Amino acid sequence: MSDLWGGLGQAFWLIVTFDAGLLEITLRSLQVTLTALVIASFIAFPLAAILAVRRFRWRRGVIAVLNALMGLPPVVVGLFVYVLLSRSGPFGVFGLLFTPTAMIIAQVIIIVPLIASIAHQSLRELWTDYHDLLISMNVSQSQKMRTLLWDARRALLTAALAGFGRGIGEVGAIMIVGGNIDQVTRVLTTAIALETGRGDFALALGLGFVLIALAIAINIAMHALSRTEVEGRW
Amino acid sequence: MSALFPLTVRAAKTARRGTVLVGPVDLEMSGEGTTVVVGPNGSGKTSLLTLLHGTNRLTAGEITWSLPMEDARAAQAFVFQRPVMLRRSVIDNIAYPLHVQGVSRKQARAQARDWANRVGLGAFLARPARSLSGGEQQKLALARAMIGAPKVLFLDEPCAALDGRATREIEAILTEIRAAGTKLILSTHDLGQARRLADDIIFLLHGKVHEQGTAKGFFAGPQTPEAQAFLRGDIVE
Repeated sequence: MSDLWGGLGQAFWLIVTFDAGLLEITLRSLQVTLTALVIASFIAFPLAAILAVRRFRWRRGVIAVLNALMGLPPVVVGLFVYVLLSRSGPFGVFGLLFTPTAMIIAQVIIIVPLIASIAHQSLRELWTDYHDLLISMNVSQSQKMRTLLWDARRALLTAALAGFGRGIGEVGAIMIVGGNIDQVTRVLTTAIALETGRGDFALALGLGFVLIALAIAINIAMHALSRTEVEGRW
Repeated sequence: MSALFPLTVRAAKTARRGTVLVGPVDLEMSGEGTTVVVGPNGSGKTSLLTLLHGTNRLTAGEITWSLPMEDARAAQAFVFQRPVMLRRSVIDNIAYPLHVQGVSRKQARAQARDWANRVGLGAFLARPARSLSGGEQQKLALARAMIGAPKVLFLDEPCAALDGRATREIEAILTEIRAAGTKLILSTHDLGQARRLADDIIFLLHGKVHEQGTAKGFFAGPQTPEAQAFLRGDIVE
């Protein structure tokens, strides 16, 4: 119990003193996960829309695979990306291993299935609503997808937030491909793992509280920006 | 009238998994007046309308407009029994067909405002469409269907879920639309509505055209016993 209080105290001091080390790894956490989130959203949203609107042969198979990949073990993804990016791997020439870029790549792979799956779920519901009207109006495929994506934007925000949550709290993959190098690839989660391993529970807990506060703050900020909870706007 | 008509339907049929929903149907339709499709529930009214509109699968026969298919589709609009409301404001809902056609936002909104006023939704422009009442939603659907200036407007039981006042308001709008030269093809099982609106009648039973002709002739002297029974208000099966 004293560890917990010590952790709270540590978190408080780290924040009020603007601890340079904390600020740095927090910003890197944000940078990696937000970049991964933006890239993943650009992949996942159109994919979800295509799966909702188009009827092609492997559609059901793709959906099933996406759903299964939601639970993709980050460590395995990390290992996979590590092998691809290592010196002897196919993309070794780019020298990306142990850089934030490698971490972003790994996180994109982890969160795309999650975002696409949740987004597809809500787009599919909207599509059953809209189907008759849009078919009657002879709307083109791309316009159908744009209409769905725009009208479901709040549900898409939820999907994106779920992706953010998975990315910001993820440690297995970024530990492997990032290497937890101080001032280069150390982020909140890998720092927590390190401090716990070293037995500095108070600092680890302090970082943990900062991480949780960060996740909550981002969620509230995104909801506030999109005014989700302000009356039933649709 | 419009170059879209006459519409010729020859032995048109639609079936799903071996069950014939409607057909075979033979029809000739001119571009004037209002054609009302009447018949009991399950007689194939909706199927016939969607078949003519081109959104239902034509399993046999042919449907020919006087225009190429693509132009013919562009000159049609459809109003559903249960209106589909986009998750947008009233004005954006009405402007949507123009938006899809690539009309500029400003122009589309101006026309949408005009149509909203015409159907009596002028005060609700910024409201989310889904918060409207049933009658208002159907008016919105009418405005949205008409904003593309279709030559023919299909209406599938547009007043089935509405009360008397909303029905009267919708019918008033329909009468205006007809007077402005748009062909209406409307299905209903409300004989009062058929009497008020119809120029021509198609009486549908078991997926087949049982009787057709001018509304005057049909209501004055139906030819078949089933039509007579239907007009008397008996249950026709």
